[in-house]
Amino acid sequence: MPRIAYAFPDEVLEHVFSFIHSDQDRNAISLVCKSWYEIERWCRRSIFVGNCYAVSPVMVVKRFPKLRSISLKGKPHFADFNLVPEDWGGYACPWIEAMASAYPWLEEIRLKRMVLTDESLELISKSFKNFQVLVLSSCEGFSTDGLAAIAANCRNLRELDLRESEVEDLSGHWLSQFPDSFTSLVSLNISCLGSEVSTCALERLLAGCPNLQSLRLNRAVPLEKLVNLLGRSPNLVELGTGAYTSEMQPDVFSDLSRAFVGCKQLKSLSGFWDAMPYYLPAVYPISSRLTSLNLSYATTESPYLVKLVSECRNLQRLWVMDYIEDSGLEALAVSCKDLRELRVFPSDPFGLEPNVALTERGLVSVSEGCPELQSVLYFCRQMSNAALVTIARNRPNMTRFRLCIIEPRKPDYLTLQPLDAGFGAIVEHCKNLRRLSLSGLLTDRVFEYIGSYGKKLEMLSVAFAGDSDLGLHYVLSGCDNLRKLEVRDCPFGDKALLANAAKLETMRSLWMSSCNVSFGACKLLGQKMPRLNVEVIIDERGPPDSMPESCLVEKLYIYRTVAGPRMDMPGFVWRYTGP
Amino acid sequence: MEVIGLKKEKMGFEETELRLGLPGAEAARKRGFCETETTEDNKNGTVDLMLNLSSSKEADHSTDKPKEKTLLPADPAKPPAKAQVVGWPPVRSFRKNMLAQKKSGEESDQKSSPNGSFVKVSMDGAPYLRKVDLKMYKSYQDFSDALGNMFSSFTIGNCGSQGLKDFMNESKLMDLLNSSDYVPTYEDKDGDWMLVGDVPWEMFVESCKRLRIMKGKEAIGLAPRAMEKVKNRS
Repeated sequence: MPRIAYAFPDEVLEHVFSFIHSDQDRNAISLVCKSWYEIERWCRRSIFVGNCYAVSPVMVVKRFPKLRSISLKGKPHFADFNLVPEDWGGYACPWIEAMASAYPWLEEIRLKRMVLTDESLELISKSFKNFQVLVLSSCEGFSTDGLAAIAANCRNLRELDLRESEVEDLSGHWLSQFPDSFTSLVSLNISCLGSEVSTCALERLLAGCPNLQSLRLNRAVPLEKLVNLLGRSPNLVELGTGAYTSEMQPDVFSDLSRAFVGCKQLKSLSGFWDAMPYYLPAVYPISSRLTSLNLSYATTESPYLVKLVSECRNLQRLWVMDYIEDSGLEALAVSCKDLRELRVFPSDPFGLEPNVALTERGLVSVSEGCPELQSVLYFCRQMSNAALVTIARNRPNMTRFRLCIIEPRKPDYLTLQPLDAGFGAIVEHCKNLRRLSLSGLLTDRVFEYIGSYGKKLEMLSVAFAGDSDLGLHYVLSGCDNLRKLEVRDCPFGDKALLANAAKLETMRSLWMSSCNVSFGACKLLGQKMPRLNVEVIIDERGPPDSMPESCLVEKLYIYRTVAGPRMDMPGFVWRYTGP
Repeated sequence: MEVIGLKKEKMGFEETELRLGLPGAEAARKRGFCETETTEDNKNGTVDLMLNLSSSKEADHSTDKPKEKTLLPADPAKPPAKAQVVGWPPVRSFRKNMLAQKKSGEESDQKSSPNGSFVKVSMDGAPYLRKVDLKMYKSYQDFSDALGNMFSSFTIGNCGSQGLKDFMNESKLMDLLNSSDYVPTYEDKDGDWMLVGDVPWEMFVESCKRLRIMKGKEAIGLAPRAMEKVKNRS
């Protein structure tokens, strides 16, 4: 390396850089000059790869020789809703293998929507002597055998978080693999596991780990056992209960209540599967401490939910089912002035008629009563432009707004007009809006608004909306900060896509399914844009190059990459390769 | 007169239907749309799994808003009232499982694994597999509706600028129908390949490891059993 005289020696610069943690800032530093790039890359400890196919493991290892922490995301978001076929990709194995040889001191691995095998888990457990954090979010492909390897070998494990992963549950005995000498656990999330875990093993684990702050159990842990477990982990800040149901026994109730009180740091509660109204009041003594409450598995009737929620005056985050109804949300708006995030999930998403009294009114109440509200996910069956405009005016500080009106293409129920004006108001007033999901009847007009006002928008989800290519064009040409766009069942086609081809290189990814994009356009895009992977998920008609150019593709995933075509494409994913 | 009318209706229905051969013809049919169908129509001994690709189900019900059903993206008409669109509303599987659990819990008071029962489904001719959660469905009928939705894109292509034109392309559909159906088979816990429909739904959910929807010809080995079953029941 040629040494150039500096005002500061490298060590000083490196020391300065060590105070800079944000990825964006680190990236900016590395662009200042070649020397700074070099220094920065040697001292970067943590990276985030938003699309595991945007770069290859080899490239990462080569550029950053001293990583301690890596986050990777694999499948597109719509994989969550079964739109991405099995065996599409997102394999963690090549990454784990590359890191196993390059980073003996790796401490943290966080994966989202990736496929991970037991072999990889075993490799992790044996390759990294100081391995501390494993977070597997919506991952799949592994079993409890892999977890057993982690438990047995990772002596310094602090965090094991399996949130929402699909784990092949061979037995609950993997937990017993933690050795008796194991003390380092701080966070454990096994809420996604189906089968029972040995309560003895859990108790032993908790007894040995005094620093445990976050414990999320799975449904199979009965309520009676919860009391014992709480007794052994007095420092808990976050608790996910198991099934919150049992025969109504006053003993259990009072024990439970006392156990909650005994955890003096407890601020966040989740779990509550099958929650029985009888046991909800056990939470009341600590309700004023709670800042986060996830009742989205509590299939409990409204009055009990409302009472609980009204007691939690310091609530910042609430996830709940629509059983809470408009009246419950009104009560929430009165009691919880510090509410920042609200998610309301549907209890009967496939039913045709409303089963609960939850409408747009609930959301409007919360937007009026909760000045700190920034993040919303709301499933409902009716909406009006008037309501959306009110919400927008009330909450210009909104940063995430995801509305799902259950019936596709449903208009404003009062005026029968499209909801363009309503969503337009949202993007106009909420100047810091970063994430938006649309639903209901929408024309190209809403996209015009989004393109004009959505300057900070980073992620947009669209379904059953728009009239023509113009809609797509407005978004791609207007949203300066757009990173992820996912579209399904919209009449968007070639023109808008090709006209905005350059934009695609500034984004992480674009998903389009059941739209009007032709094979010809995909080929052309693939030809002209070598730094994009234009992947078509093909169907029985065969690979696109055997079809007429005008044939429409069913599913299309476009993402920028410096790694070229991916090597693990399954037979049903086609990418332009010819001259 | 009525019989003729019924037949006519049924013909229209047939044209847009992907049939899966099933033993136990009559029973399955009765669960379906044409409640007064007779066994005479069932000449080949197979049963419609009723993978409906049209809204002809609506025909029997008076609706305020008649909807043209189509699964094609190009069609601006509203989606069907009764069929489920894949991946909509955007609710994740573990939530769907939990809700389905609650419902079945209310009905039958059974305890089952809360994790759902995901099995891979392959269909001959389709380039990729799907995964379904059998616990989401209450009956063979329910299940076949969902399968029909899932695999419909393989049976109706959307080439050309007018998807609707293709929808009317009967020859492709008739080909499928004339090739003596798709037959749904599954691999059970013992590793044997069985014909779907023989056992009660709940038993099927417990024992099914994976599914394969075979083209009729390949299922010849299994078909005789189907014929037998039909004979036994009629």
